Amino acid sequence: MSVEERDPHTGYLTTGHEWNGIKELNTPVPRAVYFFLIATALFSLGYWILMPAWPFGSGYTKGVLGIDQRQIVSQSIVEAARDRATWTTRIQQASFADIQADPALMMVVRETGPRLFGDNCAACHGADARGNKGFPNLTTNSWLWGGSPEAIAETIRVGINSAHPDSRVSQMLAFGRDGMLQRPDIENVVAYVRSLSHADLATDKTVADRIAAGNTVFANNCASCHGPDGKGDPSVGAPNLTDAFWIYGGDEQTVFDTVWGGRQGHMPTWEDRLSEVDRKILTLYLVDQRMAQ
Amino acid sequence: MIGQLTKGERQLALVILIFLGLVGLAMAAGGRHDPLGAHGALVIVCALAGLMAVIAAYFDPEPDPERLDRYYDDPSKIGIVIAMIWVVVGLFVGDWVAWLLVNPDLTFDAGWASFGRLRPVHTTSVIFGFGGNALIATSFYVMQRTSRARLPDQLSPLFVLFGYNVFCLLAVSGYLIGVTQSKEYAEPEWYADIWLVIVWVTYLVLYLRTLARRKEPHIYVANWYYLAFIVVVAMLHIVNNLAVPVSLGHAKSYSLFAGVQDAMTEWWYGHNAVAFFLTAGFLGMMYYYLPVRAGRPIFSYRLSIISFWGITFFYMWAGSHHLHYTALPQWVQTLGMTFSLMLLVPSWASATNALLTLNGAWHKVRDDATLRFMMVAAVFYGLTTFEGSFMAIRPVNSLSHYTDWTIGHVHAGALGWVAMITFGSIYASVPWLWKRESMYSPRLVEAHFWLALTGTIVYVMAMWNSGIVQGLMWRTYDDSGTLAYSFLDTVIAMHPYYIARAVGGLLFLIGALIGCYNIWMTIRGVPSAAPRVATDTAAESPVAVPAGAAAFRSGE
Repeated sequence: MSVEERDPHTGYLTTGHEWNGIKELNTPVPRAVYFFLIATALFSLGYWILMPAWPFGSGYTKGVLGIDQRQIVSQSIVEAARDRATWTTRIQQASFADIQADPALMMVVRETGPRLFGDNCAACHGADARGNKGFPNLTTNSWLWGGSPEAIAETIRVGINSAHPDSRVSQMLAFGRDGMLQRPDIENVVAYVRSLSHADLATDKTVADRIAAGNTVFANNCASCHGPDGKGDPSVGAPNLTDAFWIYGGDEQTVFDTVWGGRQGHMPTWEDRLSEVDRKILTLYLVDQRMAQ
Repeated sequence: MIGQLTKGERQLALVILIFLGLVGLAMAAGGRHDPLGAHGALVIVCALAGLMAVIAAYFDPEPDPERLDRYYDDPSKIGIVIAMIWVVVGLFVGDWVAWLLVNPDLTFDAGWASFGRLRPVHTTSVIFGFGGNALIATSFYVMQRTSRARLPDQLSPLFVLFGYNVFCLLAVSGYLIGVTQSKEYAEPEWYADIWLVIVWVTYLVLYLRTLARRKEPHIYVANWYYLAFIVVVAMLHIVNNLAVPVSLGHAKSYSLFAGVQDAMTEWWYGHNAVAFFLTAGFLGMMYYYLPVRAGRPIFSYRLSIISFWGITFFYMWAGSHHLHYTALPQWVQTLGMTFSLMLLVPSWASATNALLTLNGAWHKVRDDATLRFMMVAAVFYGLTTFEGSFMAIRPVNSLSHYTDWTIGHVHAGALGWVAMITFGSIYASVPWLWKRESMYSPRLVEAHFWLALTGTIVYVMAMWNSGIVQGLMWRTYDDSGTLAYSFLDTVIAMHPYYIARAVGGLLFLIGALIGCYNIWMTIRGVPSAAPRVATDTAAESPVAVPAGAAAFRSGE
């Protein structure tokens, strides 16, 4: 088997072996291979000398540059915080009104706010802050717990029905499921509630009668939270029922479902996850966006 | 298939299958309140199917003793067919999850259809289903011919092949019902892992027995690679999957490792799975099919040696480059990075060896899509290994890590290298195995080639763009020193690239479907109207090739 032969194309000898027709040339290894093997090995050697590299016993070679990735990270975090301190300290110390009056600070709010909102709030309230089913639209003047900067900041801090000890707590009762109202009463009060934002709802006498009957039901059952005029009460998180904005939907079936089965929304507390400065920026970003509309 | 087994082997097959069925029964009974029970049922079904096949052919006449003068190719044939089934499944699910990223609502509100469950179905189907079966099928083919020795028995190759596919089925079905140990590319739970160890050790023993019976004085390069693949995968699989099950009646287990040790073990496994499953095994394939198809001698035996030992030695250290800038101590990262850089040299030496082997046969590359598949595979192998070493450099990694660049890199390797060399090898083997003059339609091979190449390029380009855009967006700061983009902004920016990627994947899938059709028609022996292209012949029997015979078949 070991008969070397010369490959006519390349001129190199074969190794003399053959496997099912496959032969191999005895071509010497190209110089470039040795060159790059040595070059990469030398680079590695240099890198090992400079950087943390080889373990021994309980330690490792630290490298002559003394570089440590943990120190670099801690240091760069300190530096970044120092760079931002020019405005973070001012936002932390100033009142909402003062910040709103300061164009330079409001520029920071407009620059930073969208990222904070996008990374923390958009998942529920939507990238455009216009809300989703079950999650309020934040671009309107209709605020469950008050729309002043202080109230918004507090809602962000403690959340709604959250685990925070100071959490805002509210619940829409399940009037139908828990037997507080009978079905006809619910249908009437639904008609009444919808008429508050749809003046033209009463197209015929049947509907008008239902709205009138619903008015009484409302006064006896709903007004304690939503107010006698249905305009809501931010101190208990009761929504305004007379405007065009609905958290779960204002069509007949959805309003019926809300009255029948109740609602209890949830917003997490952000006190542990976002710094005070971040929460202030988010608050001002929302107020600013609303004003821009 | 069963007719090829001797009486004794048929009895042994019955014993194994009954035992397997009993194990399935125990799993089904012990795990009746757990997903393990469903897998017990699956094992019982597999065992019953096997029993029926063996019993149906049990009284068939014993195989002809003359068979011992021929190579045993049944397992290779079955393996190629199974590999083509897996590739269609894997590419289909892959493209499905690609569209899922374009439109995340495509889940039908079903748990099994969520991205997290479908994605491992894709990876396991293509890597282990397609890649693994192709490796097993071709390794049987190559080791017999390069050793000039028939497989030592008829049963163990079938046990390896079917046992391996039972593992793949357990894996893929498990993900859909929520069984996973959450280790990337090592998702199957303990019982499937134990089964794979049994199958794999049988595979190793089978390989060694065949090599021991070889009639060639030297072991051909392809066999070095196949053997490295088998040995190292066994080692990786066992260490990374060390775990304690909650109980013998539960599918769930907990890893023996925790925290950063777990991460390091996982990526030592993960990167060497790339190295020894997706590289070494397929290099074995390349070292056989490329020179045979080209009719050229290997460019340099010496280069083969340097590449082989370079790859096996350097790859082992490289896993930690998956954990740059993490809790992993920096010295481990340094070693991972530097060994990844040195690894480039033997990797390129392999690619060079393959491409220079084609010197004197480039006209064939032009005319023969099968050989072109292999050539392009070698080019993508070079590209991907360069990219891999580049991405292992820490500062580069700080941009590329966690982005789609990684996905692009993986698919340049998986589509461009692994799948292309496999399709080339399969197109070469099918006519040889089924004794056909050529593939049913060389024009369809050509169509498959261009679809595969276009699909790969579209996919990889899309992911390069997407990954770099994403990486840059994540690290862009505005004047106030805060991030310029929210995460959602970066996701929105990915949308067009995700569409392009899904289209690229679709092209690749269509190519594979054409391949299936072409292979099926070739197997059925349907004559083609297209003009014949002279194909290579491979020996059917271990009869010595006369020394000095002009064995570099020029083809023309």
